[in-house]
Amino acid sequence: MKFKVNGHEVFASTGGRPFDKKKPLIIFVHGSGLTHMTWVLQTRYFAFHGYNSLAVDLPGHGLSSGASLKSIEEMADWVSDVIDAVGHKEASLVGHSQGCLVTVECTSRYPNKIKTLSLMGGAGAIPMNPELLSLAENNDPKAVDLMMDWAHGPAGHFGGHPVPGLYHINTGTMLAKSRTIQNTLGVDFRACDNYKNGFEAAKTIKCPTLSILATDDKMCPVKEGKKLASLIDGSQVDIIDNCGHMMLLEEADRVLTVLKKFITTNYPPLSS
Amino acid sequence: MSDKKKELKPNTYKFDTLSLHAGYQPHKNAGSRQVPIYQTTSYLFDDVDHAAALFNLERGGHIYSRISNPTVGVLEERVASLEGGTAALATSSGMSAIFLTVMTLCEAGDHLVVSSQLYGGTVNLFRLTLPKFGIKCTFVKPRDTEGFKKAIQKNTKGIFGELVGNPGNEIMNMPEIAKIAHDAGIPLMVDATYQTPYLCKPFEHGADIVIHSLTKWMAGHGSSMAGILVEGGKFDWMQNDKFPTMTKPYEGYHGLSFAEEFGPTAFTMKARAEGMRDFGPCLSPQNAWNVLQGIETLSVRMKKHCSNAEEMVKYLSKHESVAWVSHPSVPDHPDHELAKKLLPNGRGSMIAFGIKGGKDAGVAFINNVKLASHLANVGDTRTLVIHPASGTHSQMDEATLKFAGLSHDMIRLSVGIEDIDDIKNDFEIGFRAARKPRLVSNQ
Ligand SMILES: Cc1ncc(COP(=O)(O)O)c(C=O)c1O
Repeated sequence: MKFKVNGHEVFASTGGRPFDKKKPLIIFVHGSGLTHMTWVLQTRYFAFHGYNSLAVDLPGHGLSSGASLKSIEEMADWVSDVIDAVGHKEASLVGHSQGCLVTVECTSRYPNKIKTLSLMGGAGAIPMNPELLSLAENNDPKAVDLMMDWAHGPAGHFGGHPVPGLYHINTGTMLAKSRTIQNTLGVDFRACDNYKNGFEAAKTIKCPTLSILATDDKMCPVKEGKKLASLIDGSQVDIIDNCGHMMLLEEADRVLTVLKKFITTNYPPLSS
Repeated sequence: MSDKKKELKPNTYKFDTLSLHAGYQPHKNAGSRQVPIYQTTSYLFDDVDHAAALFNLERGGHIYSRISNPTVGVLEERVASLEGGTAALATSSGMSAIFLTVMTLCEAGDHLVVSSQLYGGTVNLFRLTLPKFGIKCTFVKPRDTEGFKKAIQKNTKGIFGELVGNPGNEIMNMPEIAKIAHDAGIPLMVDATYQTPYLCKPFEHGADIVIHSLTKWMAGHGSSMAGILVEGGKFDWMQNDKFPTMTKPYEGYHGLSFAEEFGPTAFTMKARAEGMRDFGPCLSPQNAWNVLQGIETLSVRMKKHCSNAEEMVKYLSKHESVAWVSHPSVPDHPDHELAKKLLPNGRGSMIAFGIKGGKDAGVAFINNVKLASHLANVGDTRTLVIHPASGTHSQMDEATLKFAGLSHDMIRLSVGIEDIDDIKNDFEIGFRAARKPRLVSNQ
């Protein structure tokens, strides 16, 4: 569906079900240079099971208009604005990669609004490889190819997508190349590199939190994810073997199973 | 040694490796090194919730082998990876892949612009069968790039062509025709059966959907029928209101909008969810496996197909019994330069040549070769020949043959990977018989 935030049109997938104000809200925040499409194997489940499932396209990404936001802090405020814009008072947040920095910062800034926090492939800081950052800022498609290489674990490089017929490395590449690379990936990588408040923000979080990490994640290694989780009171951690940073696709079912249990327990759906 | 920092390079697997490995993880399949043949119609649901989730496309997985099958799924991912596509859907034959593509794209009242040099079965589909569904086509000669533009109407939903037409070997200017399609907000569909992704990846030249009859070079061994449609993932279905079945809520799936929900894989998702469900031309797991065996050696075979074809072009061009030879590697072929650009790894293994002595000579040649097989197929590992004027097109008079790009003296040759000397020796027997058609027995 489309709605406006700060005067700009925002696109969010509702997981194939109409938006219904009575249902609790879950917001899914994608990673650097990507779009709502990365969540397709998680959002639809929640949409069909008593939730408003909103996989947003950040400004300037996917089908959303406006310019890309330049800092994680701005993105965090923007997520809070999304909650207001769709007429809700609270939400559960789910983030992937850069989306974890955004949702951690948002939860820390708006503790009363955020009811649960789920982090996929997250870390307290995501310093960028300078060469990769410069490629992305110079609009070089090689930045996307490198990201797709590093973001998939050894098993993921062979394919074996949960949805029959999809080849996820090429799908991810297409998503990241669907808009101008320097305006999406370039801006996002710089925002990640600049963001320093992750660990401090984590210490303030009080809501139920889940971290899903993957053993072959090169972009946000398990060690970094655990460090972040250790700062959040009572945070739950789930580690997936044989899987890389793109766990939402590489091990979509496993991620959904863990996420489903965590969210339905801590933030129950509207029962039909 | 230089102390220069190593340049960052993506290490995603390359073509030859993907041909062997893409789409399959042994550790998820009991460690089986070969892709298992899942010879089953249906798949257990964990519980009611799981069943509903699969039907609602909430999660990936298999329900019923008409819609998807794990062995077929490996083939789909493998071909998608080789083409540089986002997704693919395998079908029971090349024809069903073309039909499903058109039915996913079009509705009654729509129109397509189509190259006039196509496989005969495809011509029949576009000329005679699709109009029965209310879908009309305008045919344009493959070299008439401007003609494609002129033929586009308000209700045109796409352009369709074969990169190298058969049997005239006319090449359509794919990059320019893609631009014409995109300027009109419609996709370009290319049947790349004769090239395989080893010779050409049409997505790199602007195509949006690629179709293969896998029956041919991809499977390669003349054993199995199969087809596939592959999606490039770049085409924006939401840029205009020409594709409501892609962009508007679809009643058949709880109001799902394929384009919004699946973006770069929307076309394949729709072709499967709707087309496979309602038309059902599914590929058998055994045939999918056979095709996978072929694809494992695709680049090795294609190199040999192409080098043998170039040898045959040289041999035929010099031969006293041959009037003319058509193949994009011939320097005076009108598309020689375009072929170099679009087919840098080789120009394919389909040759057409004219035999001196006309129809009778053609008949004698075909009846006397011993190694080359006389049959109605192309892209086998074995060398294949056919004389259209006396076989597939024998009912046609001279004028109709000419319109179809054929002539009485034409022999169509699909060069195999046998030892090149054996193919030439066999052709000598055929040519000898052709020079004295009435003296040589057919027995
Ligand atoms: C270029 C081309 N496309 C499509 C087809 C149809 O494929 P199939 O015979 O697998 O249905 C053929 C068959 O000869 C072909 O040559």
